[in-house]
Amino acid sequence: MAERTVAVASKVGLHARPAMLFTQAVAASGTTVTIARPGQPPVDASSILFVMGLGVKHGEEVVLACDDEKVLDDMVAMLATDMDAE
Amino acid sequence: MRTITGVGVGRGAVVGPVARAHPVPTVPADAPAPADPEAAAEQLGTVFAEVAETLQARADAATGTLKDVLSATALMAQDAALAGQAAAKVREGVAPSRAVQEVAGQFIDMFTAAGGYMAERATDLASVRDRVIAQLEGLPEPGVPALTRPSIVVAEDLSPADTAVLDLANVLGIVIEKGGPTSHTAIIAGQLGLPCVVRAAEVAELTDGEEVAVDAARGTVIVEPDEEVKAAVVARRAALAALAEDTADGATSDGHGVQLLANIGTAQDAERLTDAAVQGVGLFRTEVLFLDAQTAPSEDDQAAVYARALTALGERKVVIRTLDAGADKPLAFVTQPGEDNPALGVRGYRLVRAAPELLATQLAAIGRAQAETGGRPWVMAPMIATVAEAAEFAALARDAGVHTVGVMVEVPAVALRARDVLAEVDFVSIGTNDLAQYTMATDRLRGELVDLLDMWQPAVLDLVAMTAEAGVELGKPVGVCGESAADPVMALVLTGLGVTSLSMSPAAVPGVRYALRAHTLDVCRQMAAAARGALTAPEARAAALDLVDPKVREVLALD
Repeated sequence: MAERTVAVASKVGLHARPAMLFTQAVAASGTTVTIARPGQPPVDASSILFVMGLGVKHGEEVVLACDDEKVLDDMVAMLATDMDAE
Repeated sequence: MRTITGVGVGRGAVVGPVARAHPVPTVPADAPAPADPEAAAEQLGTVFAEVAETLQARADAATGTLKDVLSATALMAQDAALAGQAAAKVREGVAPSRAVQEVAGQFIDMFTAAGGYMAERATDLASVRDRVIAQLEGLPEPGVPALTRPSIVVAEDLSPADTAVLDLANVLGIVIEKGGPTSHTAIIAGQLGLPCVVRAAEVAELTDGEEVAVDAARGTVIVEPDEEVKAAVVARRAALAALAEDTADGATSDGHGVQLLANIGTAQDAERLTDAAVQGVGLFRTEVLFLDAQTAPSEDDQAAVYARALTALGERKVVIRTLDAGADKPLAFVTQPGEDNPALGVRGYRLVRAAPELLATQLAAIGRAQAETGGRPWVMAPMIATVAEAAEFAALARDAGVHTVGVMVEVPAVALRARDVLAEVDFVSIGTNDLAQYTMATDRLRGELVDLLDMWQPAVLDLVAMTAEAGVELGKPVGVCGESAADPVMALVLTGLGVTSLSMSPAAVPGVRYALRAHTLDVCRQMAAAARGALTAPEARAAALDLVDPKVREVLALD
């Protein structure tokens, strides 16, 4: 499984609207994506409850993992933009 | 027609159909294990999807904050982890309701522990949990239902989460079985201006769609009201709406002016009055500045606060009362411990004996605020008992640059010698609560003696009358700044006695303005005479009420 580390760019962190957009995109990809704080056990990235439960703030790093490199790239790019600003 | 009694919040009234909000379901302790775990797990998935759909439909129909809250909640109901983990537990043989409760509980604990924004989301998750469990158990949807028409929300009680998602366009009023006049629901209803009745236990029997008339002024809920009741509600609503529009100065129908003023405690209160229809501030209780302080606030700090209040009120009148501490309002740095009768001890103006610098600093601060803002505050001292004290205070205040100096009439001795006191000062203001306490020798804090403290006690009315007469004779203002001024009937009597200004909480002003506007000064005088002719407090009020215009009685629900 491929892994990437990315810093969350959204000003509010991975909460609220950014968390909603991200988990919806993961669910729409149809593949399994996990998200974790570095060194912590990964959780299902399509679950808004798990994702918000991580409590990731602006600028903090998370580790994404997925078998599909293309999906992984898309999701990393998403977290690297400020989704609340769109 | 049947009347249910509770405690009213506000003066409003409304007629409409009942929309029942249902309580949160509980999971039965002995919920049986599913006979067919696989089928039960599948059915649970359907229930989650249905709940998500319902929430999303409500979100689509809503706007603003409500839309956001409902959208987020709908998303949680679709959450793969929540539904998936619950389904997994069901497949292991756990009852579906219990599985939902356990899984949602884990997330709720996690969110609550995270605090802040996340903790608030825990409420949304609890709402999803309760909806799913209710559907599994065949119970009505918990919380306030989606309102398809303007309705009166009837509930056992409403949580802050319930009130946050109220569809205000369709809420006519709120009735709850529990709660109290200071409960969350009552406060929210008051802020929203919705007629509200709390602690109306019998509304538990009401069902959806039943027509009720809610009367907050009387604290009643009339089930299946007749045409007469409905017409009265319509008239009251129209009159209350008109009365809120009226921002003119207070006056009787024949043009006798009575200033309508607000009681405040802080500079922020004064700033809130910027757009309010009051003619100024009749009582600025400065002790709020002192009560939480460990040391006396400095002249600079005080001057800044007074300047803010004066600026907020602009050209309007502001009456500042000097420090009224002691008795039930102890001060960390000055109150003398161990007084046997603190209400009769060193309090109010009498503090000048123990700590003269307190008053000197306060008067200097007021003088500075006056010079800085160009305002002309009136300044008065509390707990004056003798003509000599009044003269002494007047001299101190004038030395500090105050132009208009007065004293409070709270001690019967001052009311009895009002003429002599008024000769020394520019105005007096009657503090009715303390005047009743000292006239009737009744502790204000003893609830069981409340009948003796009644402002309608003939002896108390006599002392007010003597004070007002002295003011009329000397051509000097006599105000009332106790909460009795907020009672429209008492306000009319006080006007009849010769009182020239009424100061109360700002919310009470429209009702008093309306009552004044509907009576001539002569009728007010007749009311005052009728009240003073009575031998008991209830008879005094009844005698005055008899002369109140029937329309005013109806609109303000005076009975």
